[in-house]
Amino acid sequence: MSDKGFIGGWGGYPIEEAEQLAPASVRSFQESLKNQRPLIARGLGRSYGDSANFSVIAQTKYLDHFLELDTTNGTLKAEAGLSLREILRVIIKQGWFLPVTPGTSFVTLGGAIASDVHGKNHHLSGTFGEHVLSMTVLLGSGELVITSPLVLPDLFHATCGGMGLTGVILDATIKLIPISSSQISQKTIKSRSLEKSYEAFDENSEATYSVAWIDCLKSGSSMGRSVLLLGEHSDSGDLALSFKKPITVPIHTPAFLLNKLSINTLNASYYAKAINNRSKDVSLASFFYPLDAIGGWNKLYGKQGFIQYQFVLPNEGGLSNMRVILKEITKSGSGSFLAVLKKFGPANKNLLSFPIEGYTLALDFKATNSNISLAQRMDEIVKDSGGRVYLTKDSVMKESTFKSTYPKWQEYESVREKYGAIGKFASSQSKRLGLA
Amino acid sequence: MKKILILGATSAIAEHCARLWAKQGQALYLVARNEDRLEAIASDLRVRGASSVDSFTLDLNDFDKHEEMLARADRSMGGIDIALIAHGTLSNQKECEQSVELTMQELRTNALSTIGLLTLIANEFEGNQSGTIAVISSVAGDRGRASNYVYGSAKAMVTAFASGLRQRLHKSNVAVVTIKPGFVDTPMTASFKKGILWTQPSLVAEVIVNSINKKKNEKTTPSCWKYILAVIKIIPNEIFKRIDL
Repeated sequence: MSDKGFIGGWGGYPIEEAEQLAPASVRSFQESLKNQRPLIARGLGRSYGDSANFSVIAQTKYLDHFLELDTTNGTLKAEAGLSLREILRVIIKQGWFLPVTPGTSFVTLGGAIASDVHGKNHHLSGTFGEHVLSMTVLLGSGELVITSPLVLPDLFHATCGGMGLTGVILDATIKLIPISSSQISQKTIKSRSLEKSYEAFDENSEATYSVAWIDCLKSGSSMGRSVLLLGEHSDSGDLALSFKKPITVPIHTPAFLLNKLSINTLNASYYAKAINNRSKDVSLASFFYPLDAIGGWNKLYGKQGFIQYQFVLPNEGGLSNMRVILKEITKSGSGSFLAVLKKFGPANKNLLSFPIEGYTLALDFKATNSNISLAQRMDEIVKDSGGRVYLTKDSVMKESTFKSTYPKWQEYESVREKYGAIGKFASSQSKRLGLA
Repeated sequence: MKKILILGATSAIAEHCARLWAKQGQALYLVARNEDRLEAIASDLRVRGASSVDSFTLDLNDFDKHEEMLARADRSMGGIDIALIAHGTLSNQKECEQSVELTMQELRTNALSTIGLLTLIANEFEGNQSGTIAVISSVAGDRGRASNYVYGSAKAMVTAFASGLRQRLHKSNVAVVTIKPGFVDTPMTASFKKGILWTQPSLVAEVIVNSINKKKNEKTTPSCWKYILAVIKIIPNEIFKRIDL
C-alpha cells in the first residue's frame, strides 16, 4: 500500500525521501498507525517548508468527500482532504464563502486547520480555526474522537494550528459567511514609506480585507513603500465562480532569472502601475488567489527551491524593528519577489497558532546558503522583538528560537502526551524544533 | 436531467464520473458492496449538486440479485438513460497462478458479472429503443501478458462481448461505449510504482463522461496508450513470448 519517493514542501526545500501511504478509508488510516513508525498526515503539500515531510507520510487525498452542507444556517461538514478550491466551487454559487481563506485555494480543509491559516481579514475575523465548530480527530491509539471548543477543548486548541502532530484530522464542520455576489470591490492605496504604509493600515482598520505588497529593495526614505489593497464583498454581480485552468510553469526555470535587477524592475513597475485611491470590482478568484492562476509558480525559483519567510512583530516597537529587518534584507541584496505586509488582530487560544497582534511580513528567497543565514539572522531580530515565525512556512528555524517564541510549546507537548500522539505523529519540522 | 445507474460506484473512476454528473445536476443511482462508503459518497454527491441520489448495497457477484437491483434503480429514478459498469478487482496474478479457485473468482468478478449485467441492461434498453451503456474494460485486455493475464483475459472477454453487443444494439438506437483505461492512480493500484504513463481518476472520468455524451464506440485513455497498444499487438508471438512484460 505504499510508494517510495522524494517529497518536499511548496518551497521545494528541503526535499526528503518518504514512504507515501494513501489510505483509502478511515480504517486504513487506523491500520497505518499500527506500525511502529511515526507518520505525518499530508494534504496538498502547500506548506512551504518541511512541516508535511517525514520518512512516512499519510496522504489525505481519498478523504475528499463533502458530508453535509446546511444552506440555511451556513455550515459545512466535510472530510479533511477536500480542497478549499472544491469547497468554493460548490458553496459560492449557493451564496456562501469561507470565513477565512489563505492566499491559495489549493490547500485542504485539514491543512487549513492544522496550520490555523489566516487571511486578509485576520484583523476582524481571526484565523481559520476560530470558525471550526467541531472536528473528528484520529488519535495515535486508533480511536476517533470528536472535539470542539467545548468538547475536549485542550485537544481542540492543540490541534488547530498544531501542524498535524496531535492526530489526523478526519473531518470538520465549519461556519460559512453569506455573500450576495462573487465580486470584490477593491480599493488601492499607495504609500511612499513604511511609516505611511503602517498609517494606511491603521486608517483602514474597518475594511473587511486588507493586505499590502511592499517593495523590499528600496532603501532610504522610500524603504517600505507599498500598495495597499482593500476589499469588500460586493452587492452587485452574480454568484458565478470562474476558476480558469491555471497556466502551468512546465519546468524549473534557471534560478538566475530572478535576481536583484529583475525583481527591482518588477517592483518598480508594479508600484508605478498602481493607481492611488482607485476602486474597481474584481473577481473573488483574482482578489484572493492571484497566484493560483499560475500552476507551479514555485518552479520559478529554480531547482534548488526557495524559502518563504513570514514573521510577525508585536505592535510595541514594531515599526522600528521592522525597519531593522528591512535594512538587513536590503544589505544582503537578496530581493524578495513577493513581499506581503498585513496587520494582524489579536491572538487566539490555540497553542501553536502563529498570529499575534501586530504586523506580519511574508518574503520569498531562493534557497541559497547566504539566504538561509539571512533567515537565521532575521530569526534573532524577530525573537528579540517579541515576534515569531510562521511554522507553516518555516524550514530553517532553530529549536531554541522556536521554544522561546512559542512559549506554549510545553503545554502543547503535554496535550500531545495526554492524547497518545507522541511516537505516533512526527514531521521533519517537529524533529528539527525539538518536539517529541 | 439524465438518470444514471452506476455499478461499482465506490471505485475511484466511477466516483469521479459521478462527481461530474452531480455537478450537472443529474439523477444518480449507486450500487456497490461497501455500505458505509456508499453512504459517504451519496452524501458527497448530493452536496455537489446531483438532483437525486439513491443507493443499493450489493456485491455484484451475487448474480441472483441483478434483476432486483435493476428494478429498484428503475423505480427509484423512473427509468435509466445511462448505465456505467465500473466494478472490478485487480487480480493478484501470482496468487491466481497457484489457485484455480482464485482464478475463477477473479474471472467471475471482472468478466462474468459484467456480462450478466450487460445482458440484462441491453435487453431493457433495446426494449426502450434508447439508452447508453458504458463499460470499463482495460488496455490489459488487448493482449495477454505474463504479468497480469488473468485480469487481462477477463477484460478481453468484456471488450469482445461489448463489441458484439454494440453491433446488435446499433439498430435499436442504443450505444455501447467501451472504455479502456491505462494505468490509473487509484486505491486499487496503490502498491504500484507510478511513472509517466500513469494518470489520475479525475482525468479518466472527464474522458468517460465525454465519450458517453458523444456515444463513442471504444475509447482508450490516456490516448498515448493507443499507440503503445498498437506496438504491443504487432509484436509476433515468437518474440512476444520471450519478453518480460
